[in-house]
Order: sequence, then C-alpha cells, then structure tokens
Amino acid sequence: MKLTLYIWRQKDPKSKGFMEKHQVDNVSEDMSFLEMLDVLNEQLIHEGKEAVAFDHDCREGICGACSLTINGNPHGPEAATTTCQLHMRKFKDGDSIYIEPFRAKAFPVIKDLVTDRSAFDRIMQAGGFISVNTNQPQDANALPVSKLKADLAMDAAACIGCGACVAACPNGASMLFVAAKVSQFALLPQGQPERKRRVLSMVEQMQEEGFGGCTNFYECEAVCPKQISVRFIAKMNREYLGAFVGKEE
Amino acid sequence: MLDSKIPCGPIKEKWDKHRFELKLVNAANKRKYKVLIVGTGLAGASAAASLAELGYEVEAFTYNDSPRRAHSIAAQGGINAAKNYTNDGDSIWRLFYDTVKGGDFRAREANVYRLAQVSNSIIDQCVAQGVPFAREYGGLLANRSFGGAQVSRTFYARGQTGQQLLLGAYSALSRAVGKNQVKMHTRKEMLDVVLIDGKARGIVTRDLVSGKIESHWGDAVILATGGYGNVFFLSTNAQACNVTATYRAYKKGAFFANPCFTQIHPTCIPVSGEHQSKLTLMSESLRNDGRIWVPKNKGDNRPPNEIPEEERDYYLERKYPSFGNLSPRDISSRSAKEVCDDGRGVSATGYGVYLDFADAINRLGQDVIEERYGNLFEMYERISGDDPYTTPMKIYPASHYTMGGLWVDYNLMSTIPGLHVLGEANFSDHGANRLGASALMQGLADGYFVIPYTIGDYFATNKFEKIDTEHIEFKKVEKAETEKINRILSIKGKKTPSQFHRELGKVMWDYCGMGRNEAGLKKALELVPKIREEFWQNLTVTGSAEDLNIVLEKALRVADFLEFAEILLWDALERRESCGAHFREEYQYPDGEAKRDDEHFTHVAAWEFTGVGNKPNRHIEPLEFENVKLAVRSYK
Repeated sequence: MKLTLYIWRQKDPKSKGFMEKHQVDNVSEDMSFLEMLDVLNEQLIHEGKEAVAFDHDCREGICGACSLTINGNPHGPEAATTTCQLHMRKFKDGDSIYIEPFRAKAFPVIKDLVTDRSAFDRIMQAGGFISVNTNQPQDANALPVSKLKADLAMDAAACIGCGACVAACPNGASMLFVAAKVSQFALLPQGQPERKRRVLSMVEQMQEEGFGGCTNFYECEAVCPKQISVRFIAKMNREYLGAFVGKEE
Repeated sequence: MLDSKIPCGPIKEKWDKHRFELKLVNAANKRKYKVLIVGTGLAGASAAASLAELGYEVEAFTYNDSPRRAHSIAAQGGINAAKNYTNDGDSIWRLFYDTVKGGDFRAREANVYRLAQVSNSIIDQCVAQGVPFAREYGGLLANRSFGGAQVSRTFYARGQTGQQLLLGAYSALSRAVGKNQVKMHTRKEMLDVVLIDGKARGIVTRDLVSGKIESHWGDAVILATGGYGNVFFLSTNAQACNVTATYRAYKKGAFFANPCFTQIHPTCIPVSGEHQSKLTLMSESLRNDGRIWVPKNKGDNRPPNEIPEEERDYYLERKYPSFGNLSPRDISSRSAKEVCDDGRGVSATGYGVYLDFADAINRLGQDVIEERYGNLFEMYERISGDDPYTTPMKIYPASHYTMGGLWVDYNLMSTIPGLHVLGEANFSDHGANRLGASALMQGLADGYFVIPYTIGDYFATNKFEKIDTEHIEFKKVEKAETEKINRILSIKGKKTPSQFHRELGKVMWDYCGMGRNEAGLKKALELVPKIREEFWQNLTVTGSAEDLNIVLEKALRVADFLEFAEILLWDALERRESCGAHFREEYQYPDGEAKRDDEHFTHVAAWEFTGVGNKPNRHIEPLEFENVKLAVRSYK
C-alpha cells in the first residue's frame, strides 16, 4: 500500500516543531508500524536527509520504549496495543497518517518523536519500591498471599511505563501509572510496612513533576496497552486519603 | 595460563569455603571504592542495587531512557530454582546436574553448582521485593515445568516473568538512586573501556542526546551488557542490543570465550518478509501444552485443520518419546530445520512448523489455556493475524541467546584485572546450550549473590592509585572515538548501516546458524571482511555527531559487529565437534544426533585479540567433570 505521512519534526527541545509530509510506497500489511517508519528512514538516508528520531527497543510490546501519537491516539487506533505491535493491516492503501510525539507538559520533546519520560523514574525513586536489601530473607513460601490478591497485584504490575496514559489525559495526569505501582504493593503483604509513606511520597513527586490531576475522563484506561484498570486510581485515592488521616503505625 | 580460580574441595562446599576465604572490605571503607556498572538489565540493576546497599559508590549506565527498558524485560516463561516445592524430586543437585547436562558438558561444574545453590535465595529475594509470582489457591507459589527439565521448578508471573523480575531489580535500583547511593546515567552508551596500569579504571561513553564523548573513572568496571545475538541481524533481541561493550573490552585484552555457542530458540514467529526488523519469541512454556507437528507428506498445502491425525508427523514426540515437545532448545530447533529442509515446512516461506493447542483445549478447556497463555495468544494474533485458539500457531527457530561471552574466572572477573562481567555478557554457566528459565536465574545470581562478595576481594587485595578523567589514557580513548565518529560521518557512501547489518546477518545465519560446516565457515570468513571493507568505504550516515542521531548510533554498533563476527566464525571452525547449540554437520551420528568429541574438546576456547582481520589466538581452559559423568546427552 501507499501512505502519506505527516510527521512531527523538532530539532531539539528549544526549537519550534512542525509537521513534515512524506510519501511511503511499498508498505506491506505484515509490517509493524515501526518497520514502516524504518522503511521511511532508509528512504530519507538515501536522499541524504536526516532520519526521523523515535524511541523503540524490544519491538514486542513489553519494554515500554515506543510511544508515538498516531492520528491523535497514543499508540494508535488499536486497543491494548503498543505502537511496535500495531501492524499495517490496520491501515488502508492511500491513508494519511499523522504521527506526533506523546504530548504532555511533563514529557518534553527531546527531538522529533522522542520525549523525555524520566519523570516516571523519579516517581519510582521517590517510593516505588519495598525497602529490602539484598540478603537472605525468609523462605518465599513463609508468607502466603491469596491467589486473588496476587492476581490483582499482577494486573497492576503489568504496567510497562510507556506514558500513554499521560499523553491521552486532557490534564496530562499520570494517575494510572502511579496508581498501578501503589496498588501492586498495597495489595501484597510485603508492601504493608511502607504503605502510607509510599503513596504520599509518590504522589508528592508526581505533583512536583508537573503532572495534572485526575478528573475521571478515563482516557488513560482506553489507551493503556496493558489495559490497566482505572479502578486502581480509585484504590490509590483511598490509599492516599487513608495515609493522610491515619498515622503511620 | 587461564586461571579459573575454582576453589578446591568438594563441590558442595566450594562456594561457602570461597566466601570465607575472600578478603573483606571494612564497612566504613567501602564508600572509598567506586564501581562503574554498564548495563542495567537483571544482572546490572541487581548488582548496582546490591553494591550500593553495601556502601560502595556506584555509577550505572544504560543507553535506554530508563533502566526499566533493558531486554531482560522480554523474558516470558520463568525462572528456575531448586526449591522442590512441588515435591517431585528436585534438589540443588538435580538443577546442577540438569544444567551441566543441558549445556552438553561444556560448562564449569563449580560455577553451575553455585548457580543452583543461590537459585533458592533469588526467589526469596524477589518475593520480598513484591514480585507478584503466580500462586496457588492456598497462597503458596505456583510452579510449572519448562523445556529440558522433568521436574516443575519454574516460577513465573503470567507470561511476563522477565518484566516482573526486572521491575523488582529496577525498583531496588530506583530506591538506591533516590537515596543518592547510585548515580544513574541514562541515554549514555559505552564506547570503550579505559585501562590504566593494566587495570580497568574507567569507561568512555557517548551521550546519545548531546553527542558528547565523556569519560568516567572508577576502581572497577562491571559489564552487564547482554549478548550478541543481533550479529544475525534477525533475532529475538531488542533493536539496540549490541556487542560493542564486550567487544571493545576484548580488543583491550579481555578474552572472548566460546563465541560460537549461540542459541537458536525453537518457538518464534516465522519471518514474513524483507522488511522484518526482529523476530518475536513465543514463550517456550507454550510447549507444555502445545504439540508440534508438520504434515507427513511434502507439499501438503491443506489448511492445518483439514489434515487428518494420521497424516501429521508429531516429530518431537516420535523421536524423543520421554521429553517429547519439551526437548531442549537445540534439539527442538534442529528438528524443525530438518523437517523444513525436507520440504514439509508450513507458512508462506516454507520455514515454519505448527504448534497446536487443540488437544490441550479439549482436555483442559479453553479457560485454562487462556489463563496460562492468554497474553501470548493475543500477541500472536496481533502479529500474525491468526487466532491460535482455533488454528495452530506457526513457529520457527530464531537466534535468541548467546551462551558465549567474555571469559571470567570464578569471581566473575575477566582477564583484565578489575573488569567484571555478569549475566549473558559472560560465558560461564550454560555451556553449549542454555536451558529454559535459566537466563533470569543467572543474571540475578551474578548480580545479587555473587559479585557483592567477589568484588570486595578485588578491592581488598589491590592498591589503587588516585586518578581522574584528565588522565592521558582517557584523553587518548576520547580522541580515538571522536575520530572514529568523524570518519563514519565523512564516508558519505551509498549504503545505510541497516543494509550492512542485514548483509552481515544473512552471511552469519546461512553459514553459522543452526547448522555449520567447514566449507561454509571458511566462505563466511572470506565474506565478512569484504562487507567490513565496503562498510568503511560506502557507508552513509546523515545528521550530525552533536545531537541525537539514531543512524550514527546504529553505525557504531554495526562497525563492531562486523569485526566481532570473525571471532564467532573462527570459534565455530576450530571447534571440530557438535555440542549443544553448536552443530557441525561433519560431526553427527547416523541418526542425525550431535556427536561430541570429549577427547579433544572438553574445554573452553578463549580468544585473544591480535588485530582486526587477524586470526585471534585460541587459549584453552580444560573442563574437569568430577561430579557429573560425561555421557551422551540423550533425551529419547
């Protein structure tokens, strides 16, 4: 198939960006979206032009590096799919496709389609862990966890940290990302000692990074490639309130 | 001359004895030592967190935008441990035995035994960190069996075990970064290691955003930079995975061990066309319930559901009745190649076999299969457009993991003093073939439970001159790297880095892939230098060196692959036997099984750099098997 691409180009964080038009022919429906961009980049290099910079790595939907807002949707039109797992069979010959970076105040553009998502790392550094040193802890089976809770914790832990939730949110909120981590640990017995401290620190860092607040649009859940549920946001809100009113035991 | 430093005494006591004999660094003195850790996957992140907790000054480096992106994250199936929770006869000894046997008797017994010993601590540690492993209704941990094992010793978190373990290590690392115990450098790629007075004292990196070439000094350097599977261009590795860090260390004097031991994973989605940038692995846990088959007759083009039972060849069950579909990776991969070479392959290219769940769905119900493999089935459907609940999956082997790597001693130190190598980047534990669910185990064993002990001994027994990055050796490397980059940008030829990479990959896959022979390897040794020569004359890289330039990054990585490929070929040529993943067509039994030559090749081959394009020197570390009897590996 033949496609017309409109791609965001931006030299560096300070320069002004613009949409650039490109034509790609010979796109096969078995290609992934990123392989289609590879084809474009090979074409650009051969023309002596600079390749379009975009983040990607594992190309199997798990590392969370790939991003892109495709026709206005973070990770494109298909539900529960990262950009690298989006295949061209979802598009038609002759389509025009608009490709932009993830847009959010807390994710500044570094170049072209590459954004800086290190705010997520700093939120994790503020409290996204259980404080155990490497040592010889008790036997793993000494602490039973109900299957239901373990499964629910795993639902939350499936987050790949891509940031689509932020890009989709009209407020640029990172509630789903933070809620997933907070919930995973709050559901497990290992997470209890730091339960209150964790949610307070992570939320504080989240606000410091310039993420917006949640006003229940649920756009985050709609675009999440791992289908993390907004119920975890409700859980985080309860955790946060609980941490505020109650004292740390 | 290669001193593996394996402690003497009975194998069960070696590690305990060694730990006692290792010199310690006083708690208050640890902060005076700085460790540079390159790579933040399972091995690197776990080492960074553990060393920081001990009090060392740690700086960690990744070329990704966050440590959480490392390719350890993609491991699906699970992690082995000798817990024997399932009461099916497992033990440390059995995990040790299985790993030595699975590695086709080309791994060091002492290292493997230690790996099996610490495997249990890894599970304890990960559970304490909040890794949400799968559980039974009683609340205890669930286990499953995995390729190459007859016991259920694999712990898992749905199909995302690697992700959950990496996020566990990443959260421990994040905690240390938050407490300013680790300085984290993201989007920085190591270009070279810096030696001062013969010791590894630092690295030179390129900032992938600003393009700046920067020096970093330390008292020891740890490489946890993964494998070199992308030398085949198409592999299950992430796009950025490369050999540069380990190859550059090799050029500085570290020996490269057993590079020809490259694992081909049996269950990947087949190639669909020229545009393909990577191959996607479907967890081999699928082989627990899926049955592998091809049509009995050549050229049978009927859809799979129309081929009656008696016209199907379940070739693994037929040839290896006791292991069947769970036969080790090398055997499964080679068998798939055999039936496809025989003209019975499926998929458009003729290189594919069926992995069929119809029986398992009938026996267990679709909900059980969905619970076990739901996300894998979804992923398959997304990529191939087929629904595996109703039509069999198509799979084919692909380059996946590299058992070879930098040579290390029992302390995980390379032949360069102070340069330690962890995880897939070293060679030590898997011999000629790695068993499923053992890579995660080894990465975390090295990072959490080995290097924190052994690195202290290196510090306690060596003197370190005070240095900084103004040292002439740093300046020399910075200058050389800058010149190399300028040279790459000035070629202005006609072919892109990807084109060269694809060309190299094709040569390597055709002549040094699943089957290898002398004539083919010699041919490849002629072809690779030609591609390399053309690279330096006809490469084109657009953009500049002073900002984020994805084409330049790629070119630098491909340049090193083009040199490295030759050591792999030499190793494959000189190892005149078939063992594990290394199948030399000249050395096989009449029934097609691999024929090992224990008399001449029960050793590690460690290669020493002698100049680009020259044949490297081959050193030998003899392997002694005192506890496991050398035997023909049979899975029949």
